[in-house]
Amino acid sequence: MVSNLKTGSFVDEISAIPGGEGVHNCIQCGTCTASCPNADKMDHTPSELIAMARAGMKNEVLSSNAMWYCLSCYLCTVRCPRGIKQTDLMHALECLAVREGVSHGRTLTPAMYRSFNDFVYSLGTLPEMGFMTWFYMLTNPLRAIRMLPVAIQLLRHGRLHVKARRLTQKGTEQLRAILDKAESLGGAS
Amino acid sequence: MKQYAYFPGCSASEGGARAYGHSALAVSRVLNVELVEIEDWNCCGSTPYSSFEELASFCLSARNLALAEQKGLDIVTPCSSCYVILSRTNAYLKQYPHLKAQVDESLAAGGLEYHGTVRARHLLDVFVNDIGYDAIGAAVKRSLEGLKVAPYYGCQLVRPKFGFDHPENPRSMDMLITCLGGEPIDFPMKARCCGGSLIIPEEDLALELIGKILKSAQGGGAECLITPCPLCQTNLDAYQSQVNKKLHTSFNFPILFFTQLMGLAFGLSEEELGLRSCIVPAEKALAKYL
Repeated sequence: MVSNLKTGSFVDEISAIPGGEGVHNCIQCGTCTASCPNADKMDHTPSELIAMARAGMKNEVLSSNAMWYCLSCYLCTVRCPRGIKQTDLMHALECLAVREGVSHGRTLTPAMYRSFNDFVYSLGTLPEMGFMTWFYMLTNPLRAIRMLPVAIQLLRHGRLHVKARRLTQKGTEQLRAILDKAESLGGAS
Repeated sequence: MKQYAYFPGCSASEGGARAYGHSALAVSRVLNVELVEIEDWNCCGSTPYSSFEELASFCLSARNLALAEQKGLDIVTPCSSCYVILSRTNAYLKQYPHLKAQVDESLAAGGLEYHGTVRARHLLDVFVNDIGYDAIGAAVKRSLEGLKVAPYYGCQLVRPKFGFDHPENPRSMDMLITCLGGEPIDFPMKARCCGGSLIIPEEDLALELIGKILKSAQGGGAECLITPCPLCQTNLDAYQSQVNKKLHTSFNFPILFFTQLMGLAFGLSEEELGLRSCIVPAEKALAKYL
């Protein structure tokens, strides 16, 4: 694969995001990779991803499935001997991939996150049933069939609700004003 | 009576873990803890928002913290994910002045400001540290003597290090079980990941992780498991039948919220604790104490 995105300041872009600055401190000891419950499922291990980022391999890093397999379990973060916030670094890479519009055909995690965020942005709260239905509709409705037994059990035990909690009109408008302003400021870097 | 600004989070308020919210409130009443729900709180954004729009994700939390600050109270949540997101926002606003400036500007667009005076707490932390094991033990009406319980901490209660307990070998729920009269069963996976929200987009991967936790927890002879997190409970409980199907296992292991176990020992009713919301029936394991 050949990098076709701008690579000059990739490390700077990462380190400008809060939590991303640790990219400079890595000594490639591999503790994060050894601690990660999903490292074996990733295109590139967490430590490999940092090495690639520092080599300017922007396209390869941002199109990797690695950060989308991050569980946010923070085991790498508490073990890193260099104090790198590895989990937050993964989030920073996800945010950059989204900003660059890099697509991820091999994992549905970005699509799930997007559905989640759309609901939170428009309602200020997460209606679990609506969100799950929307996600399966957007991705592969056939997969929902496999999960139907779980949904039926949840319904039978009173754990899936069609009606969701709503903020007041005033609260919704206030939240929307805050989030719109944040978007106009263009990200935290 | 101790007062806190209560942030139930989407799941424990009117979502799939409402039994957690109900039992948390019921147990708090017994312990004289007043949880004043924040009006019009919004979703913390959890991992999905932090992974898409970092600034907006901090603003989601900052609004909730600002609303708690108006009450002059620390914010308490029963959800491990909300806990990590709120704590992380507090830490980052202190650590990164340029982020704080942007968050302040965004909050101002909604007529709010946040000065960073609110501490984010998990409900378990409040119970064991503010109220204390002695007071909890004194409220026990029905000792859980003989009940073997696996304390499953998961990840975000104890990691990263915003927590009140050890990030890899936590003990607070072990001690809680002991003071309720029960027997804590230690197990190697007690602070490992259940797969989190990846159960939705990558269920095969998450089911394997859930299977490992269940095997480890039941291996020590526990009769039920307690958790301080809505997502961990849902994964271990609601997806247990899927784990059995995929891994050819036969788990039938009751998964409770830690507040349900506390309420049981405090003599609260099955209805108050919402035990029927457990997908894997808990009644048999708990029959002696109901």
